Amino acid sequence: MFKAREKAHKEIQILSTSNQEVSTFQHRLNFYDHPPTYDVTLEEFEISALDRLRILAEIESSAARNRTWEELKEFVQQMCRRYLPLSYNSAKEDEKHDRSAERKKDHLGHFVLRLAFCRSEDLRRRFVKAETTLFKIRYNTEVIDARREFLNSRNFNWEQVDKEEKEKYSSELRSLHLPNATSKEEIEHFEKNACFYKVRWTRVPDLVMKRSVLLKSGWAYVPESEQASIILKEFETHLEKAMEVTARALPRFDEDTRLLPILDHLSKGFVAGVSTEWDTAYGSSDDNIKAEMIDNLARQHFPMCMRTLHENLRRDSHLRHQGRLHYGLFLKVLGLSIDEAIIFWKKAFNKMTDDKFNKEYKYNIRHSYGLEGKRANYPAKSCVRLLTCGPSEPGCPYRQFSPENLSTALLQLYSNQGLTSADVSEVMAIVKAGSYHVACTRVFELTHRRCDVKAGEGIGNGESVTHPNQYAARSIELEGAGAAGRMVIG
Amino acid sequence: MLTFYRRLYPFKSIFHWLNHDSTPTRRFTHREFAFTLPGDVYLRHNSFNSADDLKKQVCQLNPTRFEIGPVYSARPRDKKTVRPSAFFPIQRELVFDIDMTDYDQIRMCCSGAGICKRCWGFIAAAVRVLDHGLRDQFGYERLLWVYSGRRGIHLWISDPEAMELTDEQRRVLVDWMGVVFGSEASGKRLNVRSGASKMLPPSLRAAVSSLSPIFVSLILMDQDCFRSEKGYEALLQMIPDTNTVDALKKKWAVNPEKSSEDKWQDFKQLVKKSNHRQMLSNAMEDVVLQYTYPRLDVEVTKHRNHLLKAPFCVHPKTGRVCVPVDSEKIDDFDPEKVPSVGQLIAELDALGRSEVDVGGEPQADWEKTSLKPYVDMMDQLALRLMNETRKEKRDISL
Repeated sequence: MFKAREKAHKEIQILSTSNQEVSTFQHRLNFYDHPPTYDVTLEEFEISALDRLRILAEIESSAARNRTWEELKEFVQQMCRRYLPLSYNSAKEDEKHDRSAERKKDHLGHFVLRLAFCRSEDLRRRFVKAETTLFKIRYNTEVIDARREFLNSRNFNWEQVDKEEKEKYSSELRSLHLPNATSKEEIEHFEKNACFYKVRWTRVPDLVMKRSVLLKSGWAYVPESEQASIILKEFETHLEKAMEVTARALPRFDEDTRLLPILDHLSKGFVAGVSTEWDTAYGSSDDNIKAEMIDNLARQHFPMCMRTLHENLRRDSHLRHQGRLHYGLFLKVLGLSIDEAIIFWKKAFNKMTDDKFNKEYKYNIRHSYGLEGKRANYPAKSCVRLLTCGPSEPGCPYRQFSPENLSTALLQLYSNQGLTSADVSEVMAIVKAGSYHVACTRVFELTHRRCDVKAGEGIGNGESVTHPNQYAARSIELEGAGAAGRMVIG
Repeated sequence: MLTFYRRLYPFKSIFHWLNHDSTPTRRFTHREFAFTLPGDVYLRHNSFNSADDLKKQVCQLNPTRFEIGPVYSARPRDKKTVRPSAFFPIQRELVFDIDMTDYDQIRMCCSGAGICKRCWGFIAAAVRVLDHGLRDQFGYERLLWVYSGRRGIHLWISDPEAMELTDEQRRVLVDWMGVVFGSEASGKRLNVRSGASKMLPPSLRAAVSSLSPIFVSLILMDQDCFRSEKGYEALLQMIPDTNTVDALKKKWAVNPEKSSEDKWQDFKQLVKKSNHRQMLSNAMEDVVLQYTYPRLDVEVTKHRNHLLKAPFCVHPKTGRVCVPVDSEKIDDFDPEKVPSVGQLIAELDALGRSEVDVGGEPQADWEKTSLKPYVDMMDQLALRLMNETRKEKRDISL
């Protein structure tokens, strides 16, 4: 009998979920509890995701651009109006149809992107962060009544602090949340109306970190004004968990040949549109770079940062740890195999005994190829990374060198590729303005004039250099094209 | 040393305390142990099926000490064979480490590795604040304080919720608890007041009121921190009002050998007269915190996979056993009275060989030495943990 009841209960649950699915669209805010069960066309599938992706990518790049919260909010709202409008519940009756369509698009886009971004931990983390920010913006801009309705629609598992308990901690609560009260009315008002919610402290880490809540026996007493903290954290953990579940379920998806290409494309779009992870896949096409070719390649194709490291290595027969790491990873992505890399470094450190090399350096080289330790496939350092590293690390020379040193070094390194002193002063002016990657891009243009690269063209389509490997790969590619062209003419 | 492990080290108690149960669970079998052998050989990622297993290995290796790490998702000794992504820490006691070296700038009696009963005052103050804070604010109850063998103290918290905390959450907790961080402390003003009111949050206000008497007895009277010029310069740096600073400087330049107590009185007098009274009395609270609030080694707490020396190990330099400490009687604890290996072995010898041999099981030999009260302390905690697990199991099966 017990079982039968359980079954009945389950059925009710299923029923209520399908009901809930309709009701998901009752609110502008959405916790995305239930995946779409409705039919969608392939086009809808892709468009809803792409539009959402535009917004998320913008949110992510805002952090890199140092936008303030207000600016970000303004900007995202603008984007949302264009790509992913969501009208308020209070909107007029005749717009109702649109409204549910809009919300459906929001819902669908979210779930498609979940699929696209659940594959690696890094992608998951970034997606959750961006989605949480989007939710926060929407939550903040939501009409108060609608917000309250939304809150009532979900069980957030908090406990409203009753009167007795509030009185017990009254002085402590007051000193935290009403510190400057002097008049009696103010205090009375606080005692009577202020509302607190009790949750485990782990659910409001941001408030605990700021010491802005009262903590007793592991319970945080969150005032109504900080309620958003609970909800945002809830959204975040909820999504994190859901993403992991999705990741585990994804292999079952492999057979669908229609969707996978779209998802692949989407997940790359996020990466390429936002940061510059220069993957081996984009790197030089051939894996046939030999240790002895590197001198030649460095002279012709390497950006200044890597060129400098190479020259230093040749001069001193040694590089310090960070330099080895940066240069080694760069060479790896360029296409130097592990065996060749060991040959290269062993030859380069020619003042060292084999024994010392094997003992102290080989492990690190193998490690950077993912063959030791935690076996991670480390990417080569990007420009952002090189620009932001400390002064003790060999980073971007345009940033780290003093102006005198930089101009001498530029002439020394690049004059054989046609860089003149007039060009140097142009580059120096850009450096002075603080646009280091623009300076690097300009040097690329100047040294590739013979390959018909014009000013402003950058490394193709006006893009500027964002990764040392991108610089090198493009340079090699241009030369290949040039050589092919000459051959045809010849 | 081998005799110590073979006959005295309470492996059973350690096992119960880590395992929360009498039959081995993942909390023990997936737990990382690391051994330090003579000559700085360090063996990580060991794990054992049972207390006897652990004992066998310890007796075989005879390490100078060993450390306890987190519970992993797989057996740590299989680390090389499982996928890296499937090997991650899942549980770990919440641990704290307070070390006397962080107090060197304000410690007048000893420095560096030295420690005496007087320095212990700092530790005692820290323990009291931390113990109270964690119990009252976070509701943790299964606390085990362990003397680190020389100049510090460790805290292990075994409450289920504490065991489960993520690195992120541990960081948040440290941010909440921590005020003065390690050696960066001196000279810098504290940054603990938020909002326009500049009031201390309630948890710290409670700490200040419990620390104030300690400040007087420890800092002003015993350690006499402001007697030297260097000492009172540090104090002046913490006062935000230049008028007051100048007045005090003038006063003390005439009579630099005044005791810390008198100097503190001078400061108090000036505060009463000053028109920045609020600001200055805040500064006084800050001084109290700066000098007596626990200085935590935050890295230890923040990461689940940080290894920490196991209780009852022997400190290689002092020979003292890392014994549990009762936080209620923290003031009476004297690090110099902690039993050392030599002493314990001598006690064993005094018992007479015959008696022990007849006794059969050598495991319980600690009962006959001065190690007993300390082991009992751990056993009590372990018993409570085991009872809870049993209750939990019963609740599930009901």
